[in-house]
Amino acid sequence: MENFEPVIVAFCCHYCAYTAADMAGSKRLCYPPNVKIIKVPCSGKVDAIHIMKALEMGADGVYVAGCLDGDCHFKNGNIGAAKRVAYIKKLLDEIGIGGERVEMVLMSAGMGERFAQTATEITEKIRKLGPNPVKSVNKAKTAA
Amino acid sequence: MITAERKPMEELIECLRPYHRILLVGCNECVTVCSAGGRKEVGILSSALQMAFMKEGKTLDVKEITLERQCDPEYVEELVTHIDQAEAVMSMACGCGVQEIAGRFKSKPVFPALNTTFMGASERQGVWVERCQGCGECVLALTGGICPIARCAKQLLNGPCGGSTNGKCEVDPDIDCAWQLIWDRLKALGLEDRYEDNIAAKDWRTGRGGGPRKIIREDLVK
Repeated sequence: MENFEPVIVAFCCHYCAYTAADMAGSKRLCYPPNVKIIKVPCSGKVDAIHIMKALEMGADGVYVAGCLDGDCHFKNGNIGAAKRVAYIKKLLDEIGIGGERVEMVLMSAGMGERFAQTATEITEKIRKLGPNPVKSVNKAKTAA
Repeated sequence: MITAERKPMEELIECLRPYHRILLVGCNECVTVCSAGGRKEVGILSSALQMAFMKEGKTLDVKEITLERQCDPEYVEELVTHIDQAEAVMSMACGCGVQEIAGRFKSKPVFPALNTTFMGASERQGVWVERCQGCGECVLALTGGICPIARCAKQLLNGPCGGSTNGKCEVDPDIDCAWQLIWDRLKALGLEDRYEDNIAAKDWRTGRGGGPRKIIREDLVK
């Protein structure tokens, strides 16, 4: 557990968080390498099944990063994404995986610091929660 | 459409606990439209079930299939090539689909993943409301196109009860009084006189009162 390095999948909207990650890089800001970014055309593109599959395949945490309220390039994709994340949180609570492994975060393209800070905070939170309980079975499957 | 909601995960996990290989069968009709048991929901439930089992250190092999219609034997037949590999079937269709599979594959346990709820319509995205109870003798022509059987808590046929207040039902202030809606609609149509007509006592034998019903169309029967 002490050596536990979580794997975190971040679905990042092209118009905000993905550019914010780029900004963080340009500013030479450090954020944990645990975060694996998946670029999406809008946070609204992220479906419940994408989050579930990421966890099923062994991700320890997942977050969806969309535009600030009222700033979605497609009007309300971020609002839809937030509702889907809330739905998945409940479902994960129901099956005992824990809804706290999934988060929705909002930022603008210029918020490089916010991106780095969010990545750090979520990595720390997941580190405290420990490994995704499905991971051990996945490992055994792969070994077999 | 027939509307439904997923059962609590705990109940579903309990049903499947003795098994290791299951068929999870969705339906492309009503339950897809009400986002309860279509291809997408099959994928999410499959993932949730597998994770729930993995968490307990077990594995559950889930074969996902979504049929065009689970209430038609022609489509249920498509499961023939997969049924032998499964120890049990979980159906994400309405109760009709579950029974169709159970009737066709008598040696396999079949579990419903959904609670079938009502015949309804979409009020807006994500909201479905009850509109029909399939009473077998439609009265909508008499009531301005608003059904007192499905939409009045007491199924009254001749005007509201004393529990109607400001157009709302005493059962729940979020429920419109069906007879208020009927009166408003008749007035808008200039048919206020119809409100004075007594609707005769209903013969409930055409509904559930007569037991399970059957429709036979002689011109179509083979």
